[in-house]
Amino acid sequence: MKIHAYPYNDFVIPFLIGTVLLFSIIIYKYIRWIRRFSDEQRKVIRSNWYSWKIFPAIWEMIREGLLHVRILKKNLLLGIMHQAYALGWFLLIVVGAVESRDAFFTMQHEQNIENVYELENQNGWYIYTTGTDKNPQYLNQRRYRVETEDGIARIHYHRPFYVGIFYRYFVHKAPASFRQHKAYSDLMDGLLIYVFLGLTMAIIKIFWSKILGMRRTTKHTLVDRFAKFSLWMIFPMRLLAESVTACLYGNGGFFTQAVGDLFDPMIVRGLETSVWMLYSLMLGVFFVTMPFTRYMHIFTELLLIYFRKIGVKEETGRTGYTYFELNACSRCGVCISGCPMDKVLENHEIQSVYLVRSLRNQERGSRLKMIADNCLMCDRCVVDCPVGIDLSALRRQTRDKGAIDTTGNYKYLDNKRTPFNAIGRVAYFGGCMSHLTPGITESMERIFTAAGQKYWYMDKLSTICCGRPLQQQGFMNQAAELRQKNTELIEKSGATMLVTSCPICYQSFKKEYNLNIPVVHHTEYIDMLIKQGRIKVRHDDCKVSYHDPCELGRGCGIYDEPRSVLSAVTNLQKTRYQREKSVCCGFNLGNTRLSIEEQTKIRNASLENLTSKPVDAIVTACPMCKKAFQHATHDYPVRDIAEVVAKNLIN
Amino acid sequence: MIQSLTVRTMNKFGFAIKTPRSENMDQVSLERYNKLLDRVPSFKRCFQCGCCSATCSARQFTEFSIRRIHTSFRRGEYNGLDEELKKCMLCGKCTLVCPRGVNLRSLIINMRQILDETK
Repeated sequence: MKIHAYPYNDFVIPFLIGTVLLFSIIIYKYIRWIRRFSDEQRKVIRSNWYSWKIFPAIWEMIREGLLHVRILKKNLLLGIMHQAYALGWFLLIVVGAVESRDAFFTMQHEQNIENVYELENQNGWYIYTTGTDKNPQYLNQRRYRVETEDGIARIHYHRPFYVGIFYRYFVHKAPASFRQHKAYSDLMDGLLIYVFLGLTMAIIKIFWSKILGMRRTTKHTLVDRFAKFSLWMIFPMRLLAESVTACLYGNGGFFTQAVGDLFDPMIVRGLETSVWMLYSLMLGVFFVTMPFTRYMHIFTELLLIYFRKIGVKEETGRTGYTYFELNACSRCGVCISGCPMDKVLENHEIQSVYLVRSLRNQERGSRLKMIADNCLMCDRCVVDCPVGIDLSALRRQTRDKGAIDTTGNYKYLDNKRTPFNAIGRVAYFGGCMSHLTPGITESMERIFTAAGQKYWYMDKLSTICCGRPLQQQGFMNQAAELRQKNTELIEKSGATMLVTSCPICYQSFKKEYNLNIPVVHHTEYIDMLIKQGRIKVRHDDCKVSYHDPCELGRGCGIYDEPRSVLSAVTNLQKTRYQREKSVCCGFNLGNTRLSIEEQTKIRNASLENLTSKPVDAIVTACPMCKKAFQHATHDYPVRDIAEVVAKNLIN
Repeated sequence: MIQSLTVRTMNKFGFAIKTPRSENMDQVSLERYNKLLDRVPSFKRCFQCGCCSATCSARQFTEFSIRRIHTSFRRGEYNGLDEELKKCMLCGKCTLVCPRGVNLRSLIINMRQILDETK
C-alpha cells in the first residue's frame, strides 16, 4: 500500500485554465505563422536552425529577453523598469520552482507520521492511498498508522507544476531539515520587491513619462489597458496572499512576514483561500488576454530573435516572419519620442507603433493607408526600436501598390548603352538629385582627377533612377525593373568599384542590388583617398556642423567616415542631435503626403539643431539634404563634403 | 531668328506649338480632376511653368512630359494617360524643383491610382 500526498486547492483552477489556453493559442498561432514562411525563408531555416548560429541566437535571447541590455543602453530607467518586470518575474518563477523542488525532496526523504499529520491539518493537501487496501480514498482520520512490511509508512509527495507558484500556501511549514527555507523565502521576497520597483516606475510613467525619458507614450486600446491592469494586479495579489499565509503560519520572508504581521489572524483566517483565489484569478485573466494584446511580445520576441539570428530576413511581401515581427512589438512607444513627425508636426497617429497595431488588428482602408504613407522613412524608429523590428520594411509592404505596380514600363531605357569600355575604372553614379546640385558632381570630378583615378561618370548626361524612390512607395516590380537596367549597365562596363554621391542610391546599390563590385559612398571614398595619401588636403579654420543624412547614417551606418574626412579638412562642431539621433531634413523621398509647409517645419527644426552653436557652414553628404537646407538659409553656406574637400585640395 | 531658336529649344521641354483645337470645358466631366485635387491639394497652386518637365530624368530618354500629362488630366483628356504615366521613375526631381511647392510625386501616384480606380 502506498500513501499519496497531493497538493491541490480549487483556487488553482483559474490559473490552470489560463495556462492551458495561453499555450494552446500561442502554439496554434506559431504553427500557422511558421507555415506561412516563404520558400526562401524555409531554406534559410532548414540549413541553419541547428547550426553554430544558434549560440549567438540563444545569447541574444538571454541578453534581450531577460537582461534587456539594448533598452538599458538607450534609456537606463526604462530598461530597469522592464528588466524588473521581465527578469524579476522570470526569477520568481524559476526560484519558486527550485525552492519547491528542494523542499519536496527533503519531505520525501524525511518523512514520519508527524509530517503526515501536519499535512492533514491543511486544506491544500489530498491524501489518499492506492494498492490493495480498501480504505476510503481520502483518509480523514486525525491520526493513523499505516503498517507496511518494514513497519514504516512511505508517503509519495506529488509535485504538480503549479506548486512553485503557490508554494507558500501548500507548504505552511517546511520540514525541519530543510534549512534553506528561510533563505529561499527572503530571496523570493527580494525578487517580489524587485518586481514592485518596476511596477512603481510603470505607474510613475503613466503620469509623468518624462521622468523615464519618454516624451510621449503610446495611446493604448481598452483591451491593452485591461491586460496591463491584470498584469499589474498580479504582484500586489501575490503579496497579499503570501502575507496572509505568513500571518497565519509564520512562513514568510522578511517582507511578506512584516506585512503579514500587520494583519489580525482572527480576521484573515477565513480569507486565506479567497486571497489566493484572487491571485490565481489575476494570473488566469492575464494569461488569457496575453495572446490578444501587446503582451504577445513576451514569447514572440524570443522566437523573432532566434529567426533573425539564424538569418531569416523580411521580404517585399507579407510572410510568416512578418507575423512574428508584428506580434513581437510591445507597443512600448519608444518609436514615438524620436519621431520628427510627432515632435515637430504634432502628428500623433502615424508612428510605427500604431502602424504595427493596425496591421496586427488587420485593419484596412484609408486610415491604414494614411498611417503607412505619412512617414518620412527616416529610419529613426528603426534604430530606436528595442525589439529591432524592421519597421521600414513593414511600411513598404503596407504601401504595396498592387494593380498599378506594372511591369515593362521602362522599355525606353534600352536606348541607353554603355558609351565606352570602363574596365578598370571607377564608376561614378551621381544620382538624380546630384544633378540638381552640380557643385557635388563637379567637386567629385575634381577629386577623382586630383587622385589620378580614372573614372567613368556613368550618368553624366542622363540618369536611370536607382529604383529606391519607387521601392519606398511600394512599386516593387517597377523598382526591380530599374535595378535590372542599372545592373546590366554596370556589369557590362567592367568597372571595378561604384562610387555614388547620393545616399539614397548608395543604400539601394548596397542593399537591394546584387552587384559583384564594391559600392561606396563618396564620403567613404574620399576618406579612403585621404588615408591612402592619394589626395592632399589642407586644414582650414572654418567651423562646421555636420548633418547625418538619414539614408547614409541610420540607413547604412556610415557615421565615422564623414567625420574623419571633415576633421581632416576643417573643424567639426558637435551638435545636440547627431549620429543616430540626427533629425531628418524633412525632404526625404519616403513621404508623399506631407505638404511643403510641413516639410519646411521639419527642416527648420533640423536646421536649428545644426546652427545651435556658431558655425561658418553646414555640411552634409546628401544632395537632397543640401537642397533642402539651401532653400532655408542665407546665413550659412550649405556644402556637401565633396565640395569642402575639393575646396581644400592641394594637389 | 531668335524666335525660331527659342521655339526649337523649347520644343525639347514639351513646349512645342500644338495644332489649334477647341474644347468645350462645360461638357468635360471633371470628377476625376476634383478627386485628384482632394488628394493632392497642392496641385491647385500649379501655374504650369514646366520646371517639372525640364528637370525630368525620364525625359532625358524618351518623349515624356509630366507637364503635358497633368495639363491633359486637368482638361479631362484621359486617353493614354495611364500608359504615359508608367514611364515615370518617381525620382522626385520635379518635386524638388517645383517653384510652387506642388507635391508632384504624390500627384503622379494619385493620378495613376485614380485612373486605375475609374477604369
